[in-house]
Amino acid sequence: MNKVTRRSFVASIGAASMVPAASALAEEAAAPPSAHTPPGTRAAAPAVYLFFNASEATFIEAACERLIPTDEHGAGALAAGVPNYLDKQLAGAWGAGERLYRSGPWAAGSASQGYQLPFTPGELFHQALRAINHDLDSRGTPFSKMSAEAQDAYLKSLEGGGADLNGVPSGVFFGMLLQMTVEGFFSDPVYGGNRDMVAWRMIGFPGAYADYYESIDRHGVKFEREPMSLGEDGQRHIHPDPNIPAHL
Amino acid sequence: MVQRLKEVDVVVIGVGMVGSIVAKELAAAGYKVVGLERGEARFTVPQFQSPAIHDELRFDIRKALMQDNTREAVTFRNQSAETALPIRRWESFLPGTGLGGSMVHWNGQTYRFQANDFELATRTRERYGSNFLGSDVTIQDWGVTYNDLEPHYDRFEYLLGTSGKAGNIRGRIVPGGDPFESPRSREYPTPPQKEHYSGALFRKAASSLGYHPFPQPSSNLSQPYTNSEGIKLNACVFCGFCERYACEHFAKSVPQTIILPVLLANPNFELRTGCQVQRINLDSTRKKATGVTYIDAAGREFEQPASLVITSSFALNNVRMLLLSRIGTPYDPAAAKGVVGRNYAYQTMSSVASFFDEDMFINPFMASGASGTLINDFAGDNFDHSGLGFIGGSFIGAVNTNGRPIQYHPVPPGTPSWGKGWKDAVVKHYNHTVMFSLHGSSVSTRQNYLDLDPTYKDAWGQPLLRMTFDFPENDLKMAAYVTAKAVEIGKAMGAKQVAGSARKGPYTTTQYQTTHNTGGTVMGSDPSTSVVNRYLQSWDVPNVFIIGASAYPQNASWNPTNTLGALTYWAIDAIKNKYLKNPGRLVSA
Repeated sequence: MNKVTRRSFVASIGAASMVPAASALAEEAAAPPSAHTPPGTRAAAPAVYLFFNASEATFIEAACERLIPTDEHGAGALAAGVPNYLDKQLAGAWGAGERLYRSGPWAAGSASQGYQLPFTPGELFHQALRAINHDLDSRGTPFSKMSAEAQDAYLKSLEGGGADLNGVPSGVFFGMLLQMTVEGFFSDPVYGGNRDMVAWRMIGFPGAYADYYESIDRHGVKFEREPMSLGEDGQRHIHPDPNIPAHL
Repeated sequence: MVQRLKEVDVVVIGVGMVGSIVAKELAAAGYKVVGLERGEARFTVPQFQSPAIHDELRFDIRKALMQDNTREAVTFRNQSAETALPIRRWESFLPGTGLGGSMVHWNGQTYRFQANDFELATRTRERYGSNFLGSDVTIQDWGVTYNDLEPHYDRFEYLLGTSGKAGNIRGRIVPGGDPFESPRSREYPTPPQKEHYSGALFRKAASSLGYHPFPQPSSNLSQPYTNSEGIKLNACVFCGFCERYACEHFAKSVPQTIILPVLLANPNFELRTGCQVQRINLDSTRKKATGVTYIDAAGREFEQPASLVITSSFALNNVRMLLLSRIGTPYDPAAAKGVVGRNYAYQTMSSVASFFDEDMFINPFMASGASGTLINDFAGDNFDHSGLGFIGGSFIGAVNTNGRPIQYHPVPPGTPSWGKGWKDAVVKHYNHTVMFSLHGSSVSTRQNYLDLDPTYKDAWGQPLLRMTFDFPENDLKMAAYVTAKAVEIGKAMGAKQVAGSARKGPYTTTQYQTTHNTGGTVMGSDPSTSVVNRYLQSWDVPNVFIIGASAYPQNASWNPTNTLGALTYWAIDAIKNKYLKNPGRLVSA
């Protein structure tokens, strides 16, 4: 199999503008920048949650892991840091309704008319999670202690859309949770998910790498190259920061 | 308090592709031109630079380059019996904002329409008879012909440096190009881009079926190029971050790389950004514009008097500007009278996914927005529609634009949408799938139109535009027919599984389809069915020109930008050489 020569980075790549001043990941903070710890070898630090309370986080962590489970292909949503991604998005501008037209009057509308609830994503998650945890409390078994099959059945019941979660149709909540889980899994690690670019390695996506001029007409070649994050500096050191509420 | 500014010769509303070209031409001719752009100034350096520009979440998903819909949205309904509601998040189409406009985030797919398209009503009647179409279809001729526009297509392509292969030079069929294209006066400025693996697979299969594959004309350039304004562009390196992104490499033809450096150097031109035009002002006769009123980024209101007003914003915003300014008669679908907002059209997008074994590495992430190989055998009127019950068609192509994984992770039909089964399928198919794009035409109909919403307002207190649209039966039939043809090509490629997704109704705002919104200020030769004459001059207010895809009476099988570039040069020639020498109506009504 042909192997494409690893190409040097374009000279203008510098991580400075994307790099947070300080990282809240304990291992990151402790490691001097020159430590050259190979990607993927550090233990994942527990996320510092800014948006989710403890019981919300417990549900979200378990639910995300069922949506994208760890398996023989590699990390699932939990190990990839997706709950951390969700937390930072919901704590920041996106959660507050960025890019969402928010004037009333409000009506349910047709499926073609799209999202028509007054809730921001942050409000929607809080409302729905409060109802879900209330419901789970009444059943006696916490979601995180259920069998995988029971968790899947519960998630499917949400996906089905029947339940009213404090004004949020459960299908709308599930759809947003699934969409954001996929986002967190596949987006750049600077947003707090896709830790060590695990999702990109899994499918062979090279990330922010930018030059295929010499490879595009080498048809069928297996492109073997470490993926590249926006947050990489010249030492190939990645700077995810779980505490940046990423926004535009 | 409104501050009244010194009068200028020309005010241009919207400094995107059209605005940049008309402003450059008029400033170079010695006129004082003010360009009002609602968004920010932005340039390849520093705004579009790597690595920050390669951020799928920010640009694809959060739509960082798009019109701020928290301030300015569009309301929507499928049928006029429904109540329109705001499109609270952009999905189906993505109008841009800021200097350079929507062209900054385009893919660079640079097609001409065919001669037939400009005389669609006449030629359809001639070939298929006058009863062929549904009674609700309102297609009409453009009032210009392909031959009128050919020199302007040529001029625009040499401004962009478009990379392609001619198929018909002055009537001579040229091997390797598109044999269906209408005659062009010369070869493309630069040769085609390198062919992606998916394009090569498509080419072989399409040829085996007797079709006529050719390289997609691309304004992501195949080689360095110095354009007709003396500006240098670079070769595209296939980074795979094109549509919804700006290009960091000076390789995609956008106003910043093809014309703004010349325009901004001209002291006759003044750019004002952060300026939201509220309306075009008319005098007491309502037959003459006196200028525009705008509000700047700090909330201050200004009146800018001008002798000539050119509206050059996104198609939907051109329509809204006329309605807010009460220029022309708004369209009334019940009576089928009036013109502003009439003949809103879209395009009818379908797709086909061909799934291969895991030893076939397709590498979708190696891509430019416009590399690709396609056929026009089922586009426009290139095939006999007798007995099919529809007009129009689609190009079919392996138009591999990217492999960005939040949006792009194709899985076969029946795959679970989450869990282990979903993850297995994503891993199995991500790098082993070829996607075809079927880019279909759209007829205009009596019931699809634009007007002002009675309820919802923008951040300045003005009514939002209201869209009433569903796919015409004609176009859904077309999509089903062409998708079946494309599935055969997928099978001929030797794919293990081929899944066709013909576009179906109802039209939904929740799924991205295309940003090729057209119509609403359509051009023509009859003021009772058009807003502007063949030179894009308002029938009602002759010192207002409305230049945009809002002028298209219906939409064709190809991306509309090149045709808009040609119309822009066509109109500016008329403005410079006819109108400004003798201001008044260029066509008598």
